[in-house]
Amino acid sequence: MKKLTVCRGLAGGLRKLALGLLIAGVLAPGFGLSVFAQGYEANYDESYYSKFRDQGIEINVYNWGEYLSDGEDGLMDINAEFEKLTGIHVNYTQYETNEAMYAKLKSGANSYDVIFPSDYMISRLIEEGMVQPIDFDNVPNMKYIDPTLLNPTYDPEQLYSIPYAYNRVCIIYNRDMVDYEVDSWDVLWDEDLAGQILMFKNSRDAFGVALMKLGYSINTEDPQQIQEAADLLKEQKPLVQAYVMDQVFDKMQGNEAAVAAYYVGDYYIMKEVNDSLEMFIPQPTELFMDAACIPSDAQNKEAAEMYLNFLNEPNVAAENMEYIMYSSPNTGAVALLDEEISGNTDLYAPPEVLANTEVFIHLSEETNLLLDELWTDILSDDASYLNWVMPVFVILAIVVIGASLILRSKKKKNAKY
Amino acid sequence: MRAKAAAYPYMAWTLVFIAIPLGLILYFAFTDIHGGFTFDNMIQAGSYSSVFVKSIWLAAVSTALCLLLGYPIAYLMSRWRGMKSRTLLLLIMLPMWMNFLLRTYAWMTILENNGIINQLLGMIDIGPLPLINTQAAVVLGMIYNYIPFMILPLHSIMVKIGDDVIEAAQDLGAGPREVFSKVVLPLSMPGVKTGIIMVFIPAVSTFVISQMLGGGDNQLIGDIIELQFLGNTYNPNLGSAISMVLMLLVLLCMTVTGFLNDENMEEKLL
Amino acid sequence: MRWISKTYLGVFLAFLYAPIAILIFYSFNEAKGRTFTGFTTKWYVELFHDAAVFDALMTTLIVAFVSAAVATAMGTAAAIGLNKMNGRLKSVMMNFTYLPIICPEIILGVSFMLLFVSARGVLSAVSIDFQFGWITLILSHITFNVPFVILNVLPKLRQMDKSLVDAAMDLGCNRWQAFSKVAIHEIKPGIIAGFLMALTFSMDDFIISYFTTGAKHQTLSVLIYSMTKRRVSPEINALSTLIFVVVLTVLLIYNLMGWKKEKQLKMRRKGGGSFEEIDRM
Repeated sequence: MKKLTVCRGLAGGLRKLALGLLIAGVLAPGFGLSVFAQGYEANYDESYYSKFRDQGIEINVYNWGEYLSDGEDGLMDINAEFEKLTGIHVNYTQYETNEAMYAKLKSGANSYDVIFPSDYMISRLIEEGMVQPIDFDNVPNMKYIDPTLLNPTYDPEQLYSIPYAYNRVCIIYNRDMVDYEVDSWDVLWDEDLAGQILMFKNSRDAFGVALMKLGYSINTEDPQQIQEAADLLKEQKPLVQAYVMDQVFDKMQGNEAAVAAYYVGDYYIMKEVNDSLEMFIPQPTELFMDAACIPSDAQNKEAAEMYLNFLNEPNVAAENMEYIMYSSPNTGAVALLDEEISGNTDLYAPPEVLANTEVFIHLSEETNLLLDELWTDILSDDASYLNWVMPVFVILAIVVIGASLILRSKKKKNAKY
Repeated sequence: MRAKAAAYPYMAWTLVFIAIPLGLILYFAFTDIHGGFTFDNMIQAGSYSSVFVKSIWLAAVSTALCLLLGYPIAYLMSRWRGMKSRTLLLLIMLPMWMNFLLRTYAWMTILENNGIINQLLGMIDIGPLPLINTQAAVVLGMIYNYIPFMILPLHSIMVKIGDDVIEAAQDLGAGPREVFSKVVLPLSMPGVKTGIIMVFIPAVSTFVISQMLGGGDNQLIGDIIELQFLGNTYNPNLGSAISMVLMLLVLLCMTVTGFLNDENMEEKLL
Repeated sequence: MRWISKTYLGVFLAFLYAPIAILIFYSFNEAKGRTFTGFTTKWYVELFHDAAVFDALMTTLIVAFVSAAVATAMGTAAAIGLNKMNGRLKSVMMNFTYLPIICPEIILGVSFMLLFVSARGVLSAVSIDFQFGWITLILSHITFNVPFVILNVLPKLRQMDKSLVDAAMDLGCNRWQAFSKVAIHEIKPGIIAGFLMALTFSMDDFIISYFTTGAKHQTLSVLIYSMTKRRVSPEINALSTLIFVVVLTVLLIYNLMGWKKEKQLKMRRKGGGSFEEIDRM
């Protein structure tokens, strides 16, 4: 999920490095960059992409924040490139969490043509009929997707989604602030680090960490286990400095916090800015997969499929992944990426390591409600004995307001005479 | 007769864009997803009572502090005349033209562990103090954003207290303390009431300030409403129920301060 | 006593301006984060090349001007009508006028969202595709802007000398001419103040836009909000610095003019009268 904030520093750095290797350091970096900014070799099928040219078609794309290369650091501005190639205008907006995206979609305020939900959200959307099957004849570049990542549990028949990026959850810590080698989830409950711990701001990830610490499945439906996890999170709350998503970048890079649970790819981006940061990937850990889907009420399905195909052009996907720094499911893109990135086993782990991960799946409605309730309970103060306050207030307020209105109108009447 | 017709478009507009939307909140608050009548949303809203209490508490603290801090400023300003007073008024209003999200974001920079305050404290070997992600930070954010709403109504009431009135009191033997407690304070009460309303209502319903300065676990009633519509899920029924409780709270405040049905409200608001 | 009040005032103004100073400071920061690494003006350059920020700025301006213009026209007409009304109808309408001002913005935002979502459902039944976007933004902004116009114009109408209009009609004007040639000049300051107020509120609005924005265009506030969830681009700091400078300049000019007038007034008759305050409240 998320983001890649600021600094595409690492991507930029690696790019320069790659360039250096490429031209054996002969050219000045400035010149080199401008050569390199042309990117990887493009090989677009012009006749395919010109289908909608000059028809004034627009598509609404809804993506995670900073989850698509936008032309910074000499990387491709993917939406602009797509518009140039196809004449289709892209309206691009961003969301912060799967749940926020779901709320917007569910409200029906707008129809979107392309969204990028994560695993468990995809199965929820499929279940609720909110996404539609993709016509893969229109997405020839589907052939590049790593076959081992196809037919996942969230979309067993591979009808609705095209894998976009995946990554694992890890523990990121500051070696100047944590004076021991981190080797388990326990560091997130270390009382010596009170006030320096950052935790996920979404319920699935936060519960996932607690459940993994307890040795349970992150997809457990056992209320007993979930309650245990909730207790653990409550116990952790006094130690937590803040519940964050993308703000984790600012805080970890700026030595604001000592330890955070986040995603491996993001660690490399932070590391580029703050060299004191270290990472540990617990075993087992959570693996997430974000995939592109087309909502049921999409207005330009075929144009959306063209967009998805474009995202999976190996050169486009490679540029994009340099920007995002997560792992790409697109084998064509991985082949193009520099050894430095594609050989990094934290990002592109061998299958036996990936086997030791768990992917979120959609839970039953009762479990979701229980999670929601417990999560709200954790974030707000646990003072359920106060539950009478609101109803009592409502009754009192109605009485007082009503009485004062009646008094006033009486007064007015009296004043008239 | 025809002049009245000029208000008809506005009346139609009000019906469609004020009355119907507020009616929809009521409708959603008392129905389930299938449109059947239910009290479930209200009961579920009850489980947010602690958030509700916390919102009122923080907003009340902020309002009190705004009054305490803003009153002297308004008074000073009202005793000055002409250019000086106008310049000060301008200085107080100018920040409101900057986007409030950005100003609040700037506070994050000031308050964080390696922020400006803690760096200064660090120089004299204090801290770092936990400033950000606390309730105090949320209160600070509220005061910062809403104190002009306290000062401006106070000021517009206080300028109407003529110097002659104060001089008369002094001539009659009142000391500074008595001038304040027996003349200025009672005469400024309408401004105080307006100020309290103008600060308390946005403070109790905010969701941005608590999100930015509260660190995610200082959720307020506004956060909970936002979560139901655009945050966690789309549950307009529960969201409407909580909104309705918030609206009742606002109406109650207005009743208590005597705002409701007040004929001269417009003067107070502008 | 004097120095206490002066010090207090100084501290208060420092409190008010510290965050703004920081915003301006960071617009010249070379790094993207909150660590200061060096002086640069590159964000000002990039600002003018950033399509997303530009689009958001245009959206904000268009929504503000259109909604303020419509609100001013409708609000002025409404004030004229309300001024002639009496009794129950008037007091009901006045209460509806105060409502958007008093009501917490989040409730207004949520209620607009419910309205437009319902409208979308109804309209799609007659196969009209109604999406959140320009229309929803402008409609909701008009709604919260109209009351400010009305509340600015009404007092001017009340203060207006009724015999002016009568005189115009005696001299052969019809009602419309009497209004457009005479009355409107009397209430013009109220109309202008209402328009400016509507404009500023609309440009500054975040919460209501947040609930009514669509998939195609976002206002500046909504864009900034989505940035605060990650990291605010220094371009935005640069933009606010520019806005701050523009507002400051406009206000300074306005006030210099005011001060001059005031001086002239003072020369003419001793003691300053009351001046129009340019406040937004």
